[in-house]
Amino acid sequence: MDKRTKIKAENVDFFYGKTHALKNINLKFYENQVTAIIGPSGCGKSTFIRLLNRMNELVPHTNLTGKILLDGADIFDASVDAVEVRKRVGMVFQKPNPFPKSIFDNISYGLTVNGVKDKNFIDDKVEESLKKAALWQEVKDRLHESALKLSGGQQQRLCIARTLAVESETILFDEPCASLDPISTAKIEELILELKKDYTIVIVTHNMQQAARVSDYTAFFLMGELIEFGKTQEIFTAPKDDKTEAYITGRFG
Amino acid sequence: MKNHITQKLGFLGLFLCISITLLFLGAIIFFITARGIKVISWEFLTQVPRSGMTAGGIAPAIVGTFYITLGAILFALPLGLACAIYLCEYSPKGIVVNIIRISINNLAGVPSVVFGLFGLAVFVKYFKFGVSILSGSLTLGILVLPLIISSTQEALLAVPQSIREASLSLGATKWKTIKNIVLPTALPGILTGVILSIGRVAGETAPILFTAAAFYTRGFPKSAFSEVMALPYHIYALMTEGAHPDKQRAIAYGCSLVLLLMVLCISGIAIFIRQRQKGLHG
Repeated sequence: MDKRTKIKAENVDFFYGKTHALKNINLKFYENQVTAIIGPSGCGKSTFIRLLNRMNELVPHTNLTGKILLDGADIFDASVDAVEVRKRVGMVFQKPNPFPKSIFDNISYGLTVNGVKDKNFIDDKVEESLKKAALWQEVKDRLHESALKLSGGQQQRLCIARTLAVESETILFDEPCASLDPISTAKIEELILELKKDYTIVIVTHNMQQAARVSDYTAFFLMGELIEFGKTQEIFTAPKDDKTEAYITGRFG
Repeated sequence: MKNHITQKLGFLGLFLCISITLLFLGAIIFFITARGIKVISWEFLTQVPRSGMTAGGIAPAIVGTFYITLGAILFALPLGLACAIYLCEYSPKGIVVNIIRISINNLAGVPSVVFGLFGLAVFVKYFKFGVSILSGSLTLGILVLPLIISSTQEALLAVPQSIREASLSLGATKWKTIKNIVLPTALPGILTGVILSIGRVAGETAPILFTAAAFYTRGFPKSAFSEVMALPYHIYALMTEGAHPDKQRAIAYGCSLVLLLMVLCISGIAIFIRQRQKGLHG
């Protein structure tokens, strides 16, 4: 089966000052598939994922060469607005980061800043997003309470719901379960598998079992280089590169 | 055993230091209250001075201090807020910003009487605002600008980067992120700075000496260009001028107590807001 490419990185090099953080990365993300990016700390996986929605621009003194194509168009082209890219490519961060606002306002925020005024539409969207993120049952009676009162796992699902509300096409997960307990982690993983019907998903993870459980494709990064990319099953059962094998069998990292 | 004794002595020393500090604080409050309470009455707070400052009340000075303070904050708050937002959120981090930051901190170290002279030269003379509420407010505004800028900067820096990123990742522009997420989150911190500034402005004497204050005005100020009576200057004037030092001294203590209570109330509000902020985020 031929899969459509949603995002494609072409010859991407990235520098923090003089540090060469990413070296000639070429990588494809297929539509409606989950792609996991694995690798030891400092290998450049988080740096890479933050290029995909242009979050790298918040850090000064960086330099990028190469192209990142979203549906065939370079997101770093001078004519493209980073704000538009971020609407299409949502992101869930390592630590749950709800706004210090109510649960409802956390979800509606992405709509109102993008100019949505219709109150009924917002109400419906909040409910729909919370349902999709499997949080509705737990919070429907306290939508106007502070989001900071939720547990860590609930906060992370709230952050996912917040991203769903703006109807992005792709969601980037940057180690979304790093600070969660196993039960919350299981819920998030279930959710990712559900969401892939409608979204293209990229997930950075330290957890090899997690990559094996949720992803269709896996990319292994080491020292800023892409060592190996392929179907998850193949990477985990028959890796082509010795370094990949060493990493997934736990010999380093 | 020797260590044990050293420790005891250390604690004793620290205890003595705090006792001395508290003693002074207590003495000031007791001294001012004991002498000031005698003259405070409803009449004292609501009437104009009579009989060459020896009778009547201090209402014009209370009102004057209120106007000058309000004016100073109305001037300094928007300006300081904008400076802090620019420095924290927009300006590229580097040598220029550091120099600006150091300059602002130095501005905070300029003696207040120098601000007074500056106000006299620029607002009173050059802009021809005269000795007035306007000149005094602008002078005091500049005086507290560094305080407002630095407290706002601190409040902005305390807003976690993670929620800015969250906002941007949802397709909010930088400005919308600042307006909708950063400022509301920093608000309690900003307010604390504002309220401390109010306390500072209300009590300053030197900057209004040449720019706003009058020893005596007939009744209440009529416009922003009127000169006014103000509590801190009134205390100074009562102690140094006039023909009835004994009667004036009692009134000066009354004024001091009123000023102290005003500033105390304002600080109380600051503490209240800070506590509430802790409650929200802790």
